[in-house]
Amino acid sequence: MSDMEEIGGPEVPERPHRVIGTPPPTPPLLGSGHEAGGGGEVEPAEERLPSESDFPSQANNAEKIVAWSFLLAFIAGCGFIAAYVGLEVHSLDATLRSNLALGISLSVALLGLGLGALIWVRQLMPDAELTEIRHDPRSPTKDRQAFEEYFAEGTAASQFVKRPIVRRTLMLATLPLAAIPIVVLRDLGPQPGTSLRHTVWSPGRRLLVYGTNQPITPAEFSAPGGMITIVPDGYQDNQDELAKAAVILIKFRPGELQIPTSYNGSTLVGTMNWTVDNIVAYSKICTHVGCPVALYEQTTHHILCPCHQSTFDATTGATVIFGPAARPLPQLPLTTDAQGYLVARSDFTQPVGPSFWERG
Amino acid sequence: MSQTSDDLHVPRSLSGLGGWLDDRFGGARGIRLLLKKVFPDHWSFMLGEIALYSFIILLLTGTFLSLFFVPSLNEVVYHGSYTKLDGIRMSEAYQSTLNISFDVRAGLLMREIHHWAADLFMASIIVHMLRNFFTAAYRKPREVTWLIGVVIFMLGLLEGLFGYSLPDDQLSGAGIRILEGVILGIPIVGTYAAFFLFGGQYPGTSIVPRMYIIHVLLIPGILLALITAHVVFVFYQKHTAMPAKNQTDRIETGQPFYPYFLAKTSAWFMFVFAAIALLATFAQINPIWVYGPYTPVAISSASQPDFYMGFLEGSLRMMPAWEWNFLGHTVSFSVLIPFAVPAGIIFGGLLFWPFFEQWATGDRSYHHVNDRPRNAPIRTATGMAAVVFYGVLWAEGANDVIADFLQIPLYTVTWISRVLVIVGPILAFVITRRICLGLQRKDKETLLHGYETGIIRQLPNGEYIEVHKPVPEEVRAVLEAKKVPALMPGPDSEDANGVPAPTSRRMLGKARAAANRAFAETIVVEADGHGNGHGPEVPGEEHAAAGEEHAPVSAPGATPQLPRGDEDA
Repeated sequence: MSDMEEIGGPEVPERPHRVIGTPPPTPPLLGSGHEAGGGGEVEPAEERLPSESDFPSQANNAEKIVAWSFLLAFIAGCGFIAAYVGLEVHSLDATLRSNLALGISLSVALLGLGLGALIWVRQLMPDAELTEIRHDPRSPTKDRQAFEEYFAEGTAASQFVKRPIVRRTLMLATLPLAAIPIVVLRDLGPQPGTSLRHTVWSPGRRLLVYGTNQPITPAEFSAPGGMITIVPDGYQDNQDELAKAAVILIKFRPGELQIPTSYNGSTLVGTMNWTVDNIVAYSKICTHVGCPVALYEQTTHHILCPCHQSTFDATTGATVIFGPAARPLPQLPLTTDAQGYLVARSDFTQPVGPSFWERG
Repeated sequence: MSQTSDDLHVPRSLSGLGGWLDDRFGGARGIRLLLKKVFPDHWSFMLGEIALYSFIILLLTGTFLSLFFVPSLNEVVYHGSYTKLDGIRMSEAYQSTLNISFDVRAGLLMREIHHWAADLFMASIIVHMLRNFFTAAYRKPREVTWLIGVVIFMLGLLEGLFGYSLPDDQLSGAGIRILEGVILGIPIVGTYAAFFLFGGQYPGTSIVPRMYIIHVLLIPGILLALITAHVVFVFYQKHTAMPAKNQTDRIETGQPFYPYFLAKTSAWFMFVFAAIALLATFAQINPIWVYGPYTPVAISSASQPDFYMGFLEGSLRMMPAWEWNFLGHTVSFSVLIPFAVPAGIIFGGLLFWPFFEQWATGDRSYHHVNDRPRNAPIRTATGMAAVVFYGVLWAEGANDVIADFLQIPLYTVTWISRVLVIVGPILAFVITRRICLGLQRKDKETLLHGYETGIIRQLPNGEYIEVHKPVPEEVRAVLEAKKVPALMPGPDSEDANGVPAPTSRRMLGKARAAANRAFAETIVVEADGHGNGHGPEVPGEEHAAAGEEHAPVSAPGATPQLPRGDEDA
């Protein structure tokens, strides 16, 4: 209580009018010191804050503006509550209306508060500038020495240095404890095993059109230039499997396709015919970081990954012609089953998707 | 007590509470000092406050959102208010985000405020960091504050990535897929790390709950602690000041916390909040219902992450295909380099710079008055090089949008960025250094000759001169605030005790000597001036021009320890 009453001091006379653009005059805020009055120790003179506005006539105007701003904030705040209570949501249009009303009223309330506070401090409060002495953070040397001495004393008293067996066994004891937080993370997931090498494609598994989930015959996919997305029969809704097994199907005009293709490791060698009726199937999972390669340009037969623009040439076995992907999109060997539907001849012959250490 | 007037009256309730608290905790003296604490005034000192207030807004809105969000990847079939997705299979996370948007009153507003506040948080941190870098506010004793700031920036990136990925929409799902691809690319442990993070094969059902707890508890907790420490250090070590008349390293001038700074900063909080609320109302961000629920099979074109992840996205797009296969193992440099190199350069550079500068300048003194960027050409040029490096990576992150907008081929944009990412920083460095030195020359002219007035006067001897007006003291103080690190003793020199100079020690010593010379580069303002008039050329002018680079100015006129113009000696 006594603290608070110290603030302030003798009134500072009104200062001269200040020209806009010039730096504010530094008010002589040094306390006169006479309040220390009753003798005793003389404290160093302290700067005092003025208690009167710099320009009382303008201050009265400013006071009104501040009050109006706060009043506006009050009304807008009430408006927010009213909009919350009164406006329904549960549909796109209603949500839009509600969002507008809530957002505007909240913004106005905040702006009103901010504006009021700003004018208050700028126009009502007398201009004041204080100066503080900076002290280097460094402790005085004698304190540092005293610290060092005591620390050395403490260390000696603890016998930590003198008895190495205690020290070493203590350190030994903490090692496994420090490792435990890492070790217990082991069960976050299973070991990868060979799961990245296989997909659910197997001999005879039908190709389903993504979206309709219907099997497809070569005759139904007869328009050259088209590209559709394919999912494996039985796994249409299995996200984990689709993340590896998604396939794109592209139909070419006769003569455009320069494969039969096969791989030796990651290298393309042409021997086998994995296509049916100029229809070829590639993995949809980019060999860069796994985005779906979803863009196909009919005229150039380029497959483009929209994430990082790796570009693959569909006519030559999806070899990379631009971008960060280092390997062609693996090809899914195709054939048809007894009913004439497109089916996989086998799984992919190499891992799909991004590179990983064990891929080889 | 003798001077109590109406103005100094404190409400009885308030003083009673103060007394009650002080009876129990003491602290009247300390808290009074805090209330009187001086805060210097400069527009650029408000940048950090924007970040602080964005963080507070993030905590408030985030808490609200967590009351309704369901962090689960269990599949459900949607039958909610947004009829366009009726009957669609989606995760509970996506469904609950739809519900927050369309069925919780003010939910959409909270989501938008949360997202915009995150963007503003990161943007203001970046600008705040640039201000501190270019004015060298990180110098002793504030290195730790700087380090904490950099860590806050890095954690902010991760926090943002995890946050915008939570709704499990198509756009952010692609980001998580990329994250998985990148983790798979880490040599030796990558595959295991990915399987442990995702709880098995991608995408699995674990990633959203795991990101959720990291996003709402782990990282915000660390951020809160770090931000508190950051602010406490600013309080404790006092704020830096801009160069000004009468400003020295020994004083701090400004308005006291109570009531001035308190009122101003409260107003600023309201304005920051209002700006975010206005953006949230009128500039829609992350409309996840348009993107649809995530499936690994589909993607939309022009997928861009939030801006702060853009530089990493750009570096992935820029990288040429490069992969090694050896001994049955694959190392995908197309993935490793784009993540490790830019992050290493930017974050590593930010973390090490204060210590590098200290090592190069040998300057171990306290600094409380900020540098003007022009007065440290090497620092400013390095900063601009980093800005250009980051900027090119960032722009390349939207190369498809740029190609579409400018109607130029996509691959051309990528090729331009591949060249620019190397050439751009070098050019920026060279140009910025020249600009800094040029501005120093201009300062020197102003200091020596004052302002041109346009008044031509004839001297008695018939000579015409232009009258120059002397520089006002306020300006002069700023211009003279230049402090240039002194040159260290050169290689092969010894001190009085015969100890070789640190710069003598082999490669590192030579590197240090070179760095030291670079940092000491300045335009010397000759102490013996020519007055304010434009007198005849004096021989000293030539001398100054010849020796204006690589000369110490901490003691103008002192003999430099290195032979001028002969750096390799």
